Amino acid sequence: MSDNTNPTQPVQPEADQYSVEDVIDQTTDKSYSQGQLVLRRFLRHKAAMVALITLILIIILAFTSIGYGPIPGWWDKDYLTTSTVQNGGAPTLSLWPFQIGEHPFGQDTIGKDYFAMVMRGTQVSLFIAFTVGIIATFLGTAIGAIAGYYRGITESLLMRVTDLFIIIPALVLAAVFGRTFGSNVPMLAVMLGVISWTGLARLVRGEVLSLREREFVAAARAIGTPSPTIIRRHVLPNALGTIVVNATLLISSAILTETAISFLGFGVRAPDTSLGLLIQTYQNALTTRPWLFWWPGIFILGIALCVNFIGDGLRDAFDPRQSMD
Amino acid sequence: MTSEAVLQFKDLDVKFKTEFGRVHAVKGLNLEVRPGEVVALVGESGSGKSVTATTALGLLPGNASIGGETIVAQQSITKLNGKQLRNIRGNHVAMVFQEPMTALNPVIRVGEQLTEAMEVHGVAFGREAWGRAVDLLEAVGIPNAERRAKQFPHELSGGMRQRVVIAMALSCDPSVIIADEPTTALDVTVQADILDLLRSLKDKLNTGILLITHNMGVVADMADRVAVMFKGDIVEHGTSEEVLLNPQHPYTKRLLDAVPHLGDGHGQFGEAVNPVTSEEHALDVKNFVIEYKRQGKKPFRAVDDVSFDVRRGEIVGLVGESGSGKSTIGRALLGLIPAHSGEVRVLGEDLTQLRGSALKKLRRRIGVIFQDPAASLNPRLPVGDVIAEPLDVHRIGTSAERKNRVHELLDAVRLPRSAYNRYPHELSGGQRQRVSIARALTLNPDLLVADEPTSALDVSVKASVLEMFTELQKEFGFACLFISHDLAVIDSLAHRVVVMQYGKIVERGTREEVLLHSSEEYTRRLLAAAPVPDPIEQAQRRADRHALLAEFGEQVVELDTRELDQ
Repeated sequence: MSDNTNPTQPVQPEADQYSVEDVIDQTTDKSYSQGQLVLRRFLRHKAAMVALITLILIIILAFTSIGYGPIPGWWDKDYLTTSTVQNGGAPTLSLWPFQIGEHPFGQDTIGKDYFAMVMRGTQVSLFIAFTVGIIATFLGTAIGAIAGYYRGITESLLMRVTDLFIIIPALVLAAVFGRTFGSNVPMLAVMLGVISWTGLARLVRGEVLSLREREFVAAARAIGTPSPTIIRRHVLPNALGTIVVNATLLISSAILTETAISFLGFGVRAPDTSLGLLIQTYQNALTTRPWLFWWPGIFILGIALCVNFIGDGLRDAFDPRQSMD
Repeated sequence: MTSEAVLQFKDLDVKFKTEFGRVHAVKGLNLEVRPGEVVALVGESGSGKSVTATTALGLLPGNASIGGETIVAQQSITKLNGKQLRNIRGNHVAMVFQEPMTALNPVIRVGEQLTEAMEVHGVAFGREAWGRAVDLLEAVGIPNAERRAKQFPHELSGGMRQRVVIAMALSCDPSVIIADEPTTALDVTVQADILDLLRSLKDKLNTGILLITHNMGVVADMADRVAVMFKGDIVEHGTSEEVLLNPQHPYTKRLLDAVPHLGDGHGQFGEAVNPVTSEEHALDVKNFVIEYKRQGKKPFRAVDDVSFDVRRGEIVGLVGESGSGKSTIGRALLGLIPAHSGEVRVLGEDLTQLRGSALKKLRRRIGVIFQDPAASLNPRLPVGDVIAEPLDVHRIGTSAERKNRVHELLDAVRLPRSAYNRYPHELSGGQRQRVSIARALTLNPDLLVADEPTSALDVSVKASVLEMFTELQKEFGFACLFISHDLAVIDSLAHRVVVMQYGKIVERGTREEVLLHSSEEYTRRLLAAAPVPDPIEQAQRRADRHALLAEFGEQVVELDTRELDQ
């Protein structure tokens, strides 16, 4: 940097022995933003890191094994073709001695490879979860921020709309839409996204209500900054903690909602499949062929837990005071 | 005085484990407090004074490791278990906190909060405890104690609340009271009353007081002995006359030099401000009224028919205690609060009538500095962006020009240019306030509204910020409305002074007229209550204040022990 050699640079008055002010290191421009500090704390959160790695492994497994769309995967069977049922369809996976075998997760009643089906189910569930997460986060943040910042009639209107969405039972809506759109996975995801933003909107509104009274917002208003800029530049970045943490929780609850809706038969339809649908189809097989119930169950549990742990880690990273003491 | 010490720190050493490594907060400190003695522990933020005091109650958080000993009632606090500690707290050592509103539980009646400590320590129970609580309230000078005891904290004023906190500290008759900045959150006239009360407490009950403060005036008024702390060490220790009048250590000298002295006028920090030559008004406020709407009640008039003006290049001090409406005026001038009626002319244009782009254009000519730099800077923006924001909002200059302007301003407020990429949390308080001053000056404003710009800063930092502010004012020649409760600060830089009380102007005039030869009762009260950092002069001022109170037909607040002794 040229700062050191610049002769016109005034000498810092506090740069002496008896000053309570820390001296700014003039030799470097390096600086940690709040975002970098949060990232650093997040990366040091052990549970969240384990969960993040597990989730990434699940995602990689689900998408590389049977491929996605036209891209083929490394697993030689797919979730649609049937073959003869061997050994009553029992899983061939065993840990000791370790072997994967022909059908590691077993076969269903008509001989479809259950590993391929669970992988497809995981793909669909993850797709729905993340789509719902993104749509609901966007809607919830926008509506919450606008209501909280502008107050007055805008707020009353938006919050009453929010209340309206809250009182509509998700399952009734799902039943209606499910009948209309049939087995259209993207539409189902959008529909779920459109009904699950309400909680986030309320949280963001609360956060914005307190942020808008802060002095830096007053300072921005005093220099004539327009409201949209204030929301974008001053308010939302400071509400990021709440938003990110709740987005992860939305994702995990979306997985469970999808499961519930498919379980009731309103969501994903055969021949396509999802984790919830798999459980619904084979709920009566629990006593005779328990693996048909266990495998999708384990994946639902795994994904939901991982996402929750990541959310937990993010919350601790955004607000270190909470986890101290 | 050879009696046994009631509180003793022996080689006290405290370290905290934090995310960024170890912090050595207190480094081998020795100090004792004897009965009937006030020991002041003075220091700026980060000196470890509050940490030291907290060890006496064993209330440090879990990430602290404590070496050495803190001895209360012949027992070493660090060696006690939970039950023994609870027995010591309240019973032998009590605490008076800084903020009386947060120190009292808002959902429990004042009287019940007082009885709690007595019942826990078995001093009194039930009706007897309630009776004693009422007696205590009476003793600390709360009128209608019987009725007040049944009220909730929010029904009392700040000074009353702090008296309740003191009554709570007294409830179990402790041998030592730790007062952590007991008057910092209070107005000066209330501060003077609370100090009178604390003084009578040590005389009448022979209690030892450890007074923690950064205010040299309070030290001069109260302390028998003074210990000056700097970064975890006591750098100087002696009687208050020795330390305040004849300081030896360079840090103490510096600290005392940094305290603005009421009555010394301009030029206390570097050069004096230039005299005003222009007759043109930068700000003209006429019959200004601001009302806050209240549900179901008639609106509250925060500012009532106020008129004053600020000429170009002039600094006008707006003085008042909390609730006087001075900050409300500041905010209304920035357009943050709508006016009810009246007119505000900034450079000839009426701010209350303008809308849209005309208003935005006028705002370019007004700069603002808020009280707390930690709150007024967006924590997520680096310093460079903060200072450049006004340019960005008003679309002035290219990004290279903006960067140049930011560099100029950083030089002007004496921050290194490498601060450009720093975030507010990486700077200390004074540096942050320099950033917010730089932001206020970005557009070369004609009028600057400074709302208590120095009251959140440490003493020595305050002095350097005031010095810089004076120089900038000379250089840029802006007019300034300087809002403050600190008369000494106003004295050091204002040309004219406006005194406000309950939303009305009480007095206005030149600095000399108002601060030296005031005839108004309220101004005289304010002036009499402001302490100066000289124990001998302060004793004289205290006597004068008591005489003044007598003249107004009021009594000096002191502990009334008649009821308690029975």
